Amino acid sequence: MTEQSSSEQKDPRAVKPEPLLHVTHLRAYLSSRHGVVKAVDDVSFEVGHGEAMGLVGESGSGKSVMSRAIMGLMPRRSDRTGSVLFKGRELIGLPRKEMSEIWGPQISMVFQDPGRSLNPVVPVERQLTEGMRRHLGLGRSEARGRALQLLREVGVSDPERRLRNYPHEMSGGMCQRVMIAAALACEPDLLIADEPTTALDVTIQRQILDLLRRVQRERNMSMILISHNLPLVAGRTDRTAVMYAGRLAETGSTRQVFESPRHRYTAALLAATPTITHERHSPFRLIPGTLPNPVKPPAGCRFAARCDHFHGPCHELGPDMTPVAAGHHVACADPVPAPAAVGARGGEHDGR
Amino acid sequence: MAGSGTAHLRGEDALLSVRNLVVEYHTDAGTVQAVSDVSFDVLPGETLGIVGESGCGKSSMGRAVLRLGGMTSGEISCAGERIDRADEKTMRALRRDMQMIFQNALGSLNPRRHVKEIVAEGLAIDGVPKAERDRRATDMLEEVGLTPERFSDMLPRQLSGGQAQRVAIARALALRPKLLVCDEPVSALDVSVQAQILNLMEKLKPEFDLTVVFIAHDLAVVRSVSDRVLVMYLGKVCEFGDSVEVYDNPVHPYTRALLESVPLPDPDRPFTGSPLEGDVPSPLAPPTGCRFSGRCPAAQERCARSEPEIREVLPGRFAACHYPLAAAADLPDPDARAAAADRREPQGREHEPTGRRPEGA
Ligand SMILES: Nc1ncnc2c1ncn2[C@@H]1O[C@H](COP(=O)(O)OP(=O)(O)OP(=O)(O)O)[C@@H](O)[C@H]1O
Ligand SMILES: Nc1ncnc2c1ncn2[C@@H]1O[C@H](COP(=O)(O)OP(=O)(O)O)[C@@H](O)[C@H]1O
Ligand code: SF4
Ligand code: SF4
Ligand SMILES: [Mg+2]
Ligand SMILES: [Mg+2]
Repeated sequence: MTEQSSSEQKDPRAVKPEPLLHVTHLRAYLSSRHGVVKAVDDVSFEVGHGEAMGLVGESGSGKSVMSRAIMGLMPRRSDRTGSVLFKGRELIGLPRKEMSEIWGPQISMVFQDPGRSLNPVVPVERQLTEGMRRHLGLGRSEARGRALQLLREVGVSDPERRLRNYPHEMSGGMCQRVMIAAALACEPDLLIADEPTTALDVTIQRQILDLLRRVQRERNMSMILISHNLPLVAGRTDRTAVMYAGRLAETGSTRQVFESPRHRYTAALLAATPTITHERHSPFRLIPGTLPNPVKPPAGCRFAARCDHFHGPCHELGPDMTPVAAGHHVACADPVPAPAAVGARGGEHDGR
Repeated sequence: MAGSGTAHLRGEDALLSVRNLVVEYHTDAGTVQAVSDVSFDVLPGETLGIVGESGCGKSSMGRAVLRLGGMTSGEISCAGERIDRADEKTMRALRRDMQMIFQNALGSLNPRRHVKEIVAEGLAIDGVPKAERDRRATDMLEEVGLTPERFSDMLPRQLSGGQAQRVAIARALALRPKLLVCDEPVSALDVSVQAQILNLMEKLKPEFDLTVVFIAHDLAVVRSVSDRVLVMYLGKVCEFGDSVEVYDNPVHPYTRALLESVPLPDPDRPFTGSPLEGDVPSPLAPPTGCRFSGRCPAAQERCARSEPEIREVLPGRFAACHYPLAAAADLPDPDARAAAADRREPQGREHEPTGRRPEGA
């Protein structure tokens, strides 16, 4: 799936055609007051070595639950089935102790809210060095030196001073940089960034996105960049997966997905997304309605109730994706014809 | 004074006029000047978009305009009435003409009331008889695309975010206000639902003859709804002008940096220009001179010393910057410029890149 076969220096065995991460039929069900939430419901995809994949979808589509399901960070009352192969090793069913050896040096995560993953009562130095000392067996001064180097790498000015800071003494953008530094500290092969800039201002968001893409490329690391904001992943990723109501709607190269979306949902979502060039006072293309109830998702295509191309076979549609072009897959019974000529349809407001 | 000055005002014709508005908060850590000497006008039927990063004072300003939050000094008039001076009785009458909708629509609805009662809330305060209230509430639900039969008797917690925002809009418009202030009305909504609300607002604006102040941090959204746009940074006005012109050809370096930070849905061109460095400074200790000077790629020595006053840089375009981006060649011919300046008091200064003139502030 990926052209760049990366980690020669790091791990010679990794030079295999096999993807770094291979997820098949992943389901993550969570129990809630209203019943079992089918947050992730039969999802399959791969991430290649050194590849950046964007995972997009509206809020509630299951992106965060999926990333946590991959990491094995599931809430207590939950059920996870399917397969998550990481470097050929099955992570589902792995005891927590073995999983904790993977968090950090193999897979690490950056969250939307730095407050939730930076410990408020621990200074930056310890947040950065703890993992390195544990996983890489570095001594104190060695770890400190690397921490300084990491902070410089993520664009933190005056890193010596920052090492003594507590999270509340730093701005949101600065916390997010420190979190990225912490996530990179143990040289992970896969970084999962879940809405890493959603809480930040646009100018800072821009800085963080540039930073993530730069380190991902420089380190030849794989990355899953998760966002509800489609344009945000467009220039930052090699491939893009579109998620809707617990399932994947479309996967393809980022260019394919953005330039010729084939799933009706992707096309509609792109058309509804405000862009800086949208003509003033002109209506946006609408997607009527809202996400289906994740406790009782409809049979067949989950987008059916909102799709204007809905017809009989859509009710029969399963979760499997079919290829529409090389490396481009959709789960849609009536895909947009290629090359995407998505007519901008009217903007009558929907009368629900 | 970056962002002060009055060159961009349009005076008598305005429905809403804000002059030298200052909003301060006194905190344990010191005094924050959230809005620092801001002036603007909104003409009848116009939509003014207000953009800027978090903490630049957008909400504080929106609240002050409707007297829902405090103000330290300044003048605010709506339809000729001085809001800042109005007594409670006058204010009650004025409230009918000025309504606000918020980001957290659900939180702004009384959780124990049915949708129909919520929409009729203002009408009840106004003393409209029950039967008339019901009829108007039903009409309003219809207007905002909520089937009255289905939604009238629902409680807020049964509504989705988009539906709650529709109810908030129906409630605000039931009183037929002249002015609607919207503070991040679609920021909490998903793209697909956001498009529904934006289209609804475009439909309602002419129908209700609305003048709108639309506050949002999403630049694409603001451009789509606004006729004019006001760009703010750390409590100050940076730039003001026609929204399409400002977006197509920003003259203030901050406006440009903001626009260049918006991701484009284009795999080849994720952003338009180079990124801005540094962080937004603390509002407790704003930089001296131009507040943007610490991060501005165009900054020169003078910028940290003296605050630029707002002035007309291009016809109808105002910016508070010593070195606006429009090249001298882009400026209109001197006659047109002089004519434009004559129409306005005080006069807009000429573009003067060398900055040898004495400071006006
Ligand atoms: N009640 C308050 N007490 C103290 N400081 C406040 C209060 N409300 C706002 N501020 C401060 O005033 C400044 C402006 O805040 P305001 O909420 O108006 O910004 P904003 O532009 O609406 O930001 P956002 O985009 O995050 O909504 C900020 O520095 C903020 O921390
Ligand atoms: N801890 C939880 N318990 C029950 N339901 C949850 C929990 N976390 C998320 N959900 C539900 O799972 C679905 C997917 O959520 P999430 O993965 O957070 O979406 P996204 O990240 O795409 O916005 C939603 O319906 C959400 O309400
Ligand atoms: S499967 Fe049918 S209903 Fe679903 S997106 Fe495709 S055309 Fe629309
Ligand atoms: S050029 Fe000077 S005055 Fe203009 S925005 Fe930059 S720092 Fe401010
Ligand atoms: Mg999420
Ligand atoms: Mg605000």
